[in-house]
Amino acid sequence: MTDATVSTYANAGGPETALPLATSSRASKRKARKIAAKGPKRKITWDRVWAQRALLVMAVPLLLYQILFKYVPAYGWVIAFQHYRPGRGNVWNQQWVGLENFRNLFTGVNGKQFRNVVLNTLGQSLLSLIVGTIGAIVLALLLNEVKNFPFKRVLQNITYMPHFLSWVIVASLAAVALSLPTSGGFINQGLMNLHLIDHPILFLTQPHYFWGIVAGTNLWKELGWNTILYLAAITAIDPTLYEAAEVDGAGRYRKMFNITLPGIRPTIVVLLIINSGWILSTNFELPYFLGNGLVAQRAQTIDVFVLHYGYQLGNYSLAVVAGIFKTIVAIILVGSANLAAKRLNQETLV
Amino acid sequence: MATIASEPATIASEPLSHDPSHARSPRKKWTTERIVFTTLNTTFLVLLAALMIYPLLNTLAISFNNGQDAIRGGIGIWPRVFSLQNYGVVFHMSTLYQAFFMSVLKTVVVVATNLFFTSMLAYALSRNEFIFRRSITLIFVATMYFDAGLIPNYLLIKDLGMLNSFQAYWVPTIISAFNLILLRTYMKSIPEEVIESARLDGAGEFRTWWQIIMPLCKPTLAVIGLFVAVGSWNSWLDTLLYNSNEQWLSTLQYELQKLLSSSMASGMNGAGQAGGAAAAAAGGQVTSPIALRSAITMVAAVPILFVYPFLQKHFVSGLMIGSVKG
Repeated sequence: MTDATVSTYANAGGPETALPLATSSRASKRKARKIAAKGPKRKITWDRVWAQRALLVMAVPLLLYQILFKYVPAYGWVIAFQHYRPGRGNVWNQQWVGLENFRNLFTGVNGKQFRNVVLNTLGQSLLSLIVGTIGAIVLALLLNEVKNFPFKRVLQNITYMPHFLSWVIVASLAAVALSLPTSGGFINQGLMNLHLIDHPILFLTQPHYFWGIVAGTNLWKELGWNTILYLAAITAIDPTLYEAAEVDGAGRYRKMFNITLPGIRPTIVVLLIINSGWILSTNFELPYFLGNGLVAQRAQTIDVFVLHYGYQLGNYSLAVVAGIFKTIVAIILVGSANLAAKRLNQETLV
Repeated sequence: MATIASEPATIASEPLSHDPSHARSPRKKWTTERIVFTTLNTTFLVLLAALMIYPLLNTLAISFNNGQDAIRGGIGIWPRVFSLQNYGVVFHMSTLYQAFFMSVLKTVVVVATNLFFTSMLAYALSRNEFIFRRSITLIFVATMYFDAGLIPNYLLIKDLGMLNSFQAYWVPTIISAFNLILLRTYMKSIPEEVIESARLDGAGEFRTWWQIIMPLCKPTLAVIGLFVAVGSWNSWLDTLLYNSNEQWLSTLQYELQKLLSSSMASGMNGAGQAGGAAAAAAGGQVTSPIALRSAITMVAAVPILFVYPFLQKHFVSGLMIGSVKG
């Protein structure tokens, strides 16, 4: 922003926002001062603030709102150091226990369970991320080979659609698909028709299937949606590269592996990095809806743990400790992910 | 910045086929390789699309099937014994009616407040001369990463006295930082001259925002509105946390989840349909949990599926705006 725009604003934008009677003297004074103080550095003066009072009226209440709803709740973190009982009134009227909750969660009575919970979160997220990324890249490459435009449109519309369904519905569809043939479980039905299995498998009762089920359901929901950015990246590749390759006699796969894939590599890297920053924050609804007592050892993620202990069992303090752990790790992950993206000299998304 | 104006068509369109050089190229003959590849590729993609849409078609078929007959299983994408009985039961459940209208009301209020406040702030932050724009933007962007957590957020809503009230649905969510950045980026791409000419005509900041900038942002507002609407319609956790004690505040997704969780157990362990029978009994008529569940799933999914075709070209462009750095 240059000084020219500032003074343009001061001249053109200032007076019209002011009350008609009060403007003239102020405006002229400000104009004079602006012209006089045309230094390289623009200070925040009361005059400038006053000139922008309309913008401030627009922004400041919403800023306060955001601080209230996003930052102020952090006062609740103090109950991590308390033996919190809702019946005792507000958070300042509680029994302080120091780091006892932290010890319980990380090494004490809940230690083993919490380590397992973190493992589940990482396992489900990483598996979903890897499967989802590879799937989306492959689908984008294949869609890119479709030359029939209306057909391609139809394919895209169908594959984008599950993205818009709620997790409640998706979990319901998944539960039906994975159930016994008599309950509509067409996956079992299909496997039996293909003679791959003799008896239907109760997928949702066996822990070792659970991570795979989460990754598969995520893949179903987001596969098409995730191709959008890759398809856009493919569109941005210089077409003359393909022409040159064709002149050199390169075939379809040669072009795919030597032009298209390297061309979308930056996109792949950035998306992987950005998504890995969110690894503890994904996967709440699916493990919550599909999980049950039989598969809990593989199903329970940090968010499910927090909801279970905090909201349902009333152990607020333990849940808050787990929440703090998640937030801090997430910030570290997102921060280093962005740093890594910058190091690689890539544009960070958003 | 120029990329922002790009139409969704550029994404969906085929770079090679639209390239004039290919029309000239003698290479594009139907070689054996090309025929084989195209056949295989088309087959694979059609199968994939079928896999994507089959669960929904299957649910749709079961929802229109006779409840008792559905228990036998083996229904594909067409009802075996056609019946409207399941929908009859669903539409006689007063709780579902209420939940449906609550979901609609909540979505409308959330979208309206979101668009209004997000665009107002985005306008202020898009003005280059605004002194605090950097610090305010930073404070908002940081909230994309900082989350106090579920329990602290719950305690805040409780301390503000918004538990079991309609306010808990929309007040905490009137601005999303992501949409704010999206909209601000788009507004920044609007030529400065537009605003200057508005100034010359004597328009103040509020008038410039509402009458000049807002109409220019319609495509982006449509995208944001779509995302917010889908998010609000699909949300379930807010009802559970804040409003699960008041039946009249229940939403469709929440009611659906309640019914599903009771019938899910039966589907899983194969021990019969006992759990979901409660849901069937709630309707006072004889159907089966699986058929009823399918009908409710469709009721919850249909509004989304119905608006989907009309909006699909917008969201691609919206996602692209989000991915372009401002």
